[in-house]
Amino acid sequence: MMTEVGSETEVKKDSEQAGADKAKDKPEEASDTPENQKSRKAFSEEALDSSSVPVPTSQSSPSSQKKEKDSSESKGISRFLPPWLKKQKSYTLAEPKDEAKKKAVGEDQVIEESECQLPEEVAQPKKSLEEAATENQHNAKADEKEEKHSVSSAETQPAKEDGKEMEVEKVAEEKEEKQVEKEKRETKEVQTGEIKTENIPQKSPKKIKTVQCKVMLLDGTEYSCDLEKRAKGQMLFDRVCEHLNLLEKDYFGLLFYENSDQKNWLDPSKEIKRQIRSLPWLFTFNVKFYPPDPSQLTEDITRYFLCLQLRQDIASGRLPCSFVTHALLGSYTLQAELGDHDPEEHHSDYISEFQFAPSQTQEMEEKVVELHRTHRGLTPAQADSQFLESAKRLSMYGVDLHHAKDSEGVDIMLGVCANGLLIYKDRLRINRFAWPKILKISYKRSNFYIKVRPAELEQFESTIGFKLPNHRAAKRLWKVCVEHHTFFRLISPEQPPKAKFLTLGSKFRYSGRTQAQTRQASNLIDRPAPYFERTSSKRVSRSLDGAPIGISDQSLLRDFPTAQGGPAGDKVIDIEGVGQDKLKEGSREENGSPVKTPQLELIQDGKRHGSRAEGPCTGVSDADKSSHETLDIVEEKKQAEVGREETVVIDETNKGKMQVATDAGETCKVEHLSKKDSSSLPSDSSSSSSSESEDEVGEYQPHHRAIEEVIREEQEEEEDTNRKREHQEKIMQHVEATTEGSKLNVPVERTAQVTAEALVQENAVTIATEEKNFSEDMKQDLGEEKEEEQLRLNGDVSHVDIDVAPQIICCSEPPVVKTEMVTISDAAQRTEISTKEVPIVQTETKTITYESPQFDGSTGGNAGVLLSAQTITSESISTTTTTHITKMVKGGVSETRIEKRIVITGDADIDHDEALAQAIKEAKEQHPDMSVTRVVVHKETELAEEDEE
Amino acid sequence: MAGLGGGPAAFGRCTHAVVRALPESLCRQALRTAPGPEVDFARAEREHQLYVGVLKSKLGLQVLELPADESLPDCVFVEDAAVVCEETALLTRPGAPSRRKEVEAMKRVLEGLNLNMIEMVDENATLDGGDVLFTGREFFVGLSRRTNQRGAEILADTFKDYAVSTVPVHDSLHLKSFCSMAGPNLIAIGSSEAAQKALKTMQQMSDHRYDKLTVPDDAAANCIYLNVPSKGHVLLHRAPEEYPESAKVFEKLKDHMLIPIATTELEKVDGALTCCSVLINKTSEL
Repeated sequence: MMTEVGSETEVKKDSEQAGADKAKDKPEEASDTPENQKSRKAFSEEALDSSSVPVPTSQSSPSSQKKEKDSSESKGISRFLPPWLKKQKSYTLAEPKDEAKKKAVGEDQVIEESECQLPEEVAQPKKSLEEAATENQHNAKADEKEEKHSVSSAETQPAKEDGKEMEVEKVAEEKEEKQVEKEKRETKEVQTGEIKTENIPQKSPKKIKTVQCKVMLLDGTEYSCDLEKRAKGQMLFDRVCEHLNLLEKDYFGLLFYENSDQKNWLDPSKEIKRQIRSLPWLFTFNVKFYPPDPSQLTEDITRYFLCLQLRQDIASGRLPCSFVTHALLGSYTLQAELGDHDPEEHHSDYISEFQFAPSQTQEMEEKVVELHRTHRGLTPAQADSQFLESAKRLSMYGVDLHHAKDSEGVDIMLGVCANGLLIYKDRLRINRFAWPKILKISYKRSNFYIKVRPAELEQFESTIGFKLPNHRAAKRLWKVCVEHHTFFRLISPEQPPKAKFLTLGSKFRYSGRTQAQTRQASNLIDRPAPYFERTSSKRVSRSLDGAPIGISDQSLLRDFPTAQGGPAGDKVIDIEGVGQDKLKEGSREENGSPVKTPQLELIQDGKRHGSRAEGPCTGVSDADKSSHETLDIVEEKKQAEVGREETVVIDETNKGKMQVATDAGETCKVEHLSKKDSSSLPSDSSSSSSSESEDEVGEYQPHHRAIEEVIREEQEEEEDTNRKREHQEKIMQHVEATTEGSKLNVPVERTAQVTAEALVQENAVTIATEEKNFSEDMKQDLGEEKEEEQLRLNGDVSHVDIDVAPQIICCSEPPVVKTEMVTISDAAQRTEISTKEVPIVQTETKTITYESPQFDGSTGGNAGVLLSAQTITSESISTTTTTHITKMVKGGVSETRIEKRIVITGDADIDHDEALAQAIKEAKEQHPDMSVTRVVVHKETELAEEDEE
Repeated sequence: MAGLGGGPAAFGRCTHAVVRALPESLCRQALRTAPGPEVDFARAEREHQLYVGVLKSKLGLQVLELPADESLPDCVFVEDAAVVCEETALLTRPGAPSRRKEVEAMKRVLEGLNLNMIEMVDENATLDGGDVLFTGREFFVGLSRRTNQRGAEILADTFKDYAVSTVPVHDSLHLKSFCSMAGPNLIAIGSSEAAQKALKTMQQMSDHRYDKLTVPDDAAANCIYLNVPSKGHVLLHRAPEEYPESAKVFEKLKDHMLIPIATTELEKVDGALTCCSVLINKTSEL
């Protein structure tokens, strides 16, 4: 977006066309919002600093900048309001108040500027209220256009008190501002790198506030540094890795503790201060992803840190071992740190400084010494490797355990590991869900859910729920799952969901490199094996009085040549030059903040060399073999602005001439065509009330995810046949392998919330990168899918203008029969658990009333005779329209009042204003002979917490 | 090397075997899941002697033979009294109260081998060795009439290095009544619905992918795999005259040295091949 900066003249032209095209441009506008926001922001900052804009300084001051925002942000409701309201506004502006005038001028200016930044089509619909207002003053076009919207608007010229109207406007603006603030935040998240680089130099005039960070390292030492307060996690992590001289750093992470025992991983892509609330900033450097085969690590130094971590894990009891294994691992530790056993120097108590087990017995120490003697000749690096070879076979190696309860309230443990999710009850494994089996992971409040693929003979997916101690624990588990799945199963990380579509909940995704990527990258490491000191030196000098430091030196010296030799041998694998350089760039440049470009290149490379990667990474991990894999990752964000409810009441009055005759006979009749009355929100189909926005999310997800599930199910049939074939061969290994091969649907995930068209397109694109024979099938499937979608669009929601809001339509429409059943079973599961808890939802409610001045007269005249009353409810995806028609006879004149109550539900990404405008427009089209007298906008917004963590 | 150091490559290695002679009381008093023909003691003894002979002479194991105890009619089924993995032995608490005393003799003989001994003392725990399947990488424990959750937990505590997964067993006496290891990474499994269901469970629970060898008869799926240095893969399986169809399946294993052994008489009291021995791999000289 930012790159296509239109020239001045072009923009002028565009803005003239704008009016006519406005309605058509809406979809683009909606989808482009984040980019616009960004570019506008970027621009305003430029304007602020460079002051290259030919505008008086007072106007490019922060206040005007803010106004600019206001103006562009209030694109919303006002632009769709009937002209009597807009005119009101322009009238206000025309007033000889200094401030208002200044404002108007300033805005005029600013708007022009901001349009320069925006490409043509995007710029136009962005017309703000103020813009519209000024346009009204100078430009007749706007009027024309607006008359198209409201037929009878010409007669209803405003004659209201200014103050009141102003207030309304203000409220509206405030609201818009709020919304935009949120959008801004999202934007920031989406493209971390750029914003940061822009911000930092600009803030330089201010004093950079620094915070001291302390990081506990694996060897027990502490590293501390000062970081800018606004620094991202990556900044600190990179500093630590630099300090440690660690290149294969993707396996590691920084932990911080909240409430003493709850560990959280510092998200590198987010600011530290938004993750860790309290000072001091204390972190622990830890292994985050335990490599299933440590021998594939490139550098000894990486293995060394992994060993240190495992020694901690073992000594603390986190990694349970048998007696024999404790002794064996302990003996390798001694060999690595002390070198060969020397009966003269190594007295019987030489090992008392080491902790090999949570509870170390004399017997164990003896066994350790006994085994230590047998390792004579092993270099420290070799001893570490041996240590890891044994440790990796431990059943709890790399398993991240979380306390939980099952659906019956029984205490269990959930273990996340490279291969999937393990369920333990009292140390016994009672279930296991490999990543390929899991279709979706989600959490909601303190519940964690996995949706699993149907077993061979089953028809439907099932969702399994677990109860975590609290919301945070559920989210933590969810995040760990997302990260492990991405790291170990995918070639490249999934892009965070785009902000422009209906995405509910957190946009959190693992942003680092996957194992496949980090392996590729580390194959390119080209440095002499770094010298590093093992902790032994310290320990020996402490434990042995006047012990010759030579021991440790010896071991280090011995370590050096082999360390060099080791990785050199591994480096046989060669990856093409171009890719190499890029990869290297990527890995080196990535300090500070994840820069977008290198990362993208990494991804491409990952794909290009996907099959190649199998070569170096011989066996062991499946990640390389599975080209792509699908896993739905759904999160419900508790305090986010997930659900919004807008209630619009449009009263239409028709002072018809003589309809009495036909209507007279009818008595008062209230008909509920549907069970829903205006206060019951669109909840029936999906079992929870949308006034609790939390529940709304939970049920909403399956709907819009359902589209993908159709695709997936079709695939599964394919898989099943594959599986059967394989079964005849009696070789189980192959079964899984084929299953993985045919899993093409990954990227569908992200795009599934888009319009039917977009969905198909995106899939086609993605498939192009996959194997051909599969892509054929997929395309077919998708073709069918597309047809279904279109049918649905034409049938069910025909009254919705597809051009206007296509993304809304296809998202939440309940899918075809097949999946609907799935949804139901799913929902049943969910509610069963979720009803146990009373949700606490912070909501913000706002009611705005737009009222025609004319209406005042008729409101008083309610004393007539009611002829008929009728309530009709119609429903589309995100809106529920309740039409209440009353016919009154008042002094021989029949009056038909139509009250429409439109409930628009959805999260911030829906353009509510647009939906509202659409509703108003529809109402007008349905009753061209009526006039709109009152618009009440009632907004209920869930208050977003500053950030999720 | 001890412990995990050995790894799956060493699976099936075995130096010692503990067996026990059968008491005459077995014919009438041994527990049985279903009534049936009486055990021909003489024949049963002959079959058992052949079994011990194969382990001792043919395969060169050090066989430790315990004398029969007439007060313990089931004592020939030593497998249920102890689970030995590497250097650690877990003395069980058999599910059938009448069999609990069988453990005492087992304890004595294992002590002689200088293994790390763990005794199951929890009175709420029961575990029969016949419910424990060690694959070389992990344990599966059948939760049956003889083995309960607590017993399985203690097994998991004893062999901490390994994952211990539970498998519900409903229709047969033990987990190993319809399955066993027929090679490193190869599970022999019966064809019955229950057996196949159990296999599914095991497959789902495991991070490893096992090959399977499906035999038509559940009872024939109980076989003994050994990795004997001079002979390579050795498989003791049920004789063709007992289960001809299953024997044909075993005969397809080209890499294995196949030794058919009849267990016709002991089968009448739910006996199978694995039941009659505890196999131990002593690596250290101690």
